[in-house]
Amino acid sequence: MRLESVSKTYRHNRRTVTALDNASVQIAAGEFVAVVGPSGSGKSTLLLVLGGMLSPTAGKVYLNGHALYDLSPNQRAELRRRQVGFVFQTFNLVPYLTARENVQVPLYLADMKPAAQRERAAALLERVGLGDRLDHKPSELSIGQQQRVALARVLANDPGIILADEPTGNLDPETGQHILDLLEDMNREGRTIVMVTHDPRAAARAKRTLRLQNGRISQE
Amino acid sequence: MHLRKLVWREMFERKNQLATSFLAILLGIAVVVAIQNISFYSEKAVAAQLDALGANILVLPKSASLQDYYSADMQDEEFPEEYVQRLALSDLQGLDNLSPKLSLPVKLRERTFTLTGILPKSEFQAKAMWSGAGIFSRPAEGCGAVADVPGIFRPPARETLVRQRVIDDLSDTEVLTGADVAAVLGLQPGDSLELLGRRFTVTAVLPPTGTVDDARLFAHLHAVQELAGKGPVLNAIEIVGCCHEISGGLVQKINKLLPEAKVVTIAQVVDTQVRTNQMMARLSLIFLAIIVLVGGASIANYMYANVYERRREIGTFMALGASSAVILKMFLLKALLLGLAGGICGYGLGTVLAVSLGPRVAGIPVLPMPVLVPWAIGISVALALVASYFPARRAARLDPCATLQEV
Repeated sequence: MRLESVSKTYRHNRRTVTALDNASVQIAAGEFVAVVGPSGSGKSTLLLVLGGMLSPTAGKVYLNGHALYDLSPNQRAELRRRQVGFVFQTFNLVPYLTARENVQVPLYLADMKPAAQRERAAALLERVGLGDRLDHKPSELSIGQQQRVALARVLANDPGIILADEPTGNLDPETGQHILDLLEDMNREGRTIVMVTHDPRAAARAKRTLRLQNGRISQE
Repeated sequence: MHLRKLVWREMFERKNQLATSFLAILLGIAVVVAIQNISFYSEKAVAAQLDALGANILVLPKSASLQDYYSADMQDEEFPEEYVQRLALSDLQGLDNLSPKLSLPVKLRERTFTLTGILPKSEFQAKAMWSGAGIFSRPAEGCGAVADVPGIFRPPARETLVRQRVIDDLSDTEVLTGADVAAVLGLQPGDSLELLGRRFTVTAVLPPTGTVDDARLFAHLHAVQELAGKGPVLNAIEIVGCCHEISGGLVQKINKLLPEAKVVTIAQVVDTQVRTNQMMARLSLIFLAIIVLVGGASIANYMYANVYERRREIGTFMALGASSAVILKMFLLKALLLGLAGGICGYGLGTVLAVSLGPRVAGIPVLPMPVLVPWAIGISVALALVASYFPARRAARLDPCATLQEV
């Protein structure tokens, strides 16, 4: 992944807000990178730009050699489906689907047959320790369990890149550590992890830390 | 997991909001189906009545409406029986037959039926329908000739014999019952029956005709007049008039002879019916327009609210790799299911309304019309899809980033 002189500005209350300011960074395959910085420094914006969800105002973003924003929105969706997994601070599970069905969603989007979806979703939930919660809806699970379902969902299509936005932000320290253990496992499998976090202990688990300050990236 | 399951689950997750849109489309389709259904059978019943009516000229009280006459054969107003004599003794050409009638409501076992007084022979000669094989119908040709009673020249069918005897012998204590009356009251020929304080003997049960006559009892005109206690009065005179004479101004001549009465021909009846049918068709169109507006607005409003409420979920789907086509399909499939359910249930409810209310509001039996099923579903689905298209397109074009709260 590579950002070349990427800027992103928003219009907010008739004022221009700069979220990313001429940011350039390269993240090699298999890295575990933490992105830290104060609130409003542009961390989440960086993650969304990297995931093809938010087009920059200026600059180029490359993903596996593709200039991401030269692709159409549907081509970027296709790329996300195959190569990128998002983990959200608030998990973003679909409330009316069970744990297994939530994990099946990306598999359905990848045109996998329903029987195979069910089998793979069950195996992934088993991996994150929720083999006995397959048919529970998110409202019937604890916060930590919901984040583990979200991690299982991320792994569904076996992405090479995982973009995690404050994955431990809503969790107690013990559960947070467990989630970080899982992310480390994923990294050991060769996946690239980019994790936005406020938590220094979480950042310490990464192999490299990027600091964002006023939209500018610096190495730590 | 597949699209249908995803949509189905979401629909039941927010079923309260869905219920309003579903109700709007359900009630709209139900009303239109009910109107169409009742109109169809109403037109059919009137057509049957017109076919059955041997008479082609009606003399009615001045204030009577044709609707009253064909729905219940009763008006509040009467005219003197002396009109019959005036007609009979006039030098008017082309009067083939006269059927004076007086009708009264009678209550039997909590149900109201119509007791109609008739002068037997003339009444039956004017009624083509009761003639079984058509033996009492007016001759197709030979206008101006007195209608014959040729039953006696034919092999005696059961009904013909019954009627033949009635025509000749209907006494003050005899009554004929329509098929529905007999079925409801469990009457057989020979049974005894009390009507307005007088005992009658059921002489015959008439075969079903599919018209209001099935809910009538027929007795001798003079017996009914006595029961009415209003003297020698009538509600109507049915006249079998000669076609040539009618076109030559017979109606105007009768009008001149009976200036206090309303004289109408079948042509006017048909015109009135055509106007009624047109009115029903217009009413149906108005309701359809209301459905399109109210139902469409309700569905569109619901869908816009649904898209707004689910924008975070839509963003999540997009983050997971859903293309805009998948999002569009999610909402349009939901609209399709809503339309299908609204159409099917609307047809069901409309049919129940028509079948149960039809006999009360229009005085006719109404049966379900399966031919309206594709029509109801088609309108409902088309409406739901059209109303949902723009909200669905908005969902598909949402900025995936803007839909995620973390940004």
